[in-house]
Amino acid sequence: MNLSRRQALAFGGAVVTVSLIPIDFAKAASDATMADIKSFTGGASVAEGGIELTTPEIAENGNTVPISVSAPGAVSIMILADGNPNPGVATFHFSDMAEPSAATRIRLAGTQNVIAVAKMADGSFTQTSRSVKVTIGGCGG
Amino acid sequence: MAKIKPRVKVPKSVAAGEYFTVKTLINHKMESGQRKDKKTGKKIPRKIINYFEATFNGKPVFSVDIQPAVSSNPFFQFSMKIEEAGKLAFKWVDDDGSVYETAKSIKIG
Repeated sequence: MNLSRRQALAFGGAVVTVSLIPIDFAKAASDATMADIKSFTGGASVAEGGIELTTPEIAENGNTVPISVSAPGAVSIMILADGNPNPGVATFHFSDMAEPSAATRIRLAGTQNVIAVAKMADGSFTQTSRSVKVTIGGCGG
Repeated sequence: MAKIKPRVKVPKSVAAGEYFTVKTLINHKMESGQRKDKKTGKKIPRKIINYFEATFNGKPVFSVDIQPAVSSNPFFQFSMKIEEAGKLAFKWVDDDGSVYETAKSIKIG
């Protein structure tokens, strides 16, 4: 490929521009998941980290996958399963009497990302995600 | 369906201001609305517990908005602390409007 200096610069510039756009985690999530996150946050920006989401790496039975989540300072935590027919799983609400951590068992339709979004006491939001490999799906059948 | 019976595990007495773990389980099929009847091929309508709440002496402690992706026999575990003795009440709300309730007293000491 023969590029003139001008073309080469333009091309290089374009590459830099593209790579400057942060690899948005949101891009990896489905539209329905994004809509759920948006309705939870009210469109506020969501930071990464600050939540500990514990899931099994491999779940043999997608019908009952144990998960636990903990986010110091959170008042609510929403759990989403990106690859389910409906991404919503559950939203936990904590008062000042409760520690912002909870555990439950969820259904996963297949191998996918489980996402936790926490609303902090100061109104900010943060999220994290974990990938779970599922051998037998837990929805439909 | 078998009779719905909530089960909770709460310590009888706790130290004031120290976190303790509460485990809850209720037997419920949590019909997701995604499953098909094998004979008719029609979707089985959704019927789940859609809300769970724990209150201590009437004050909210922990609640969950539940969607069909929570497993059958929904299990929830959380931690809480109290400063005074009292009653920890639990409530589950079914899609059909039924409310299942139970409560435990907790002492300090």
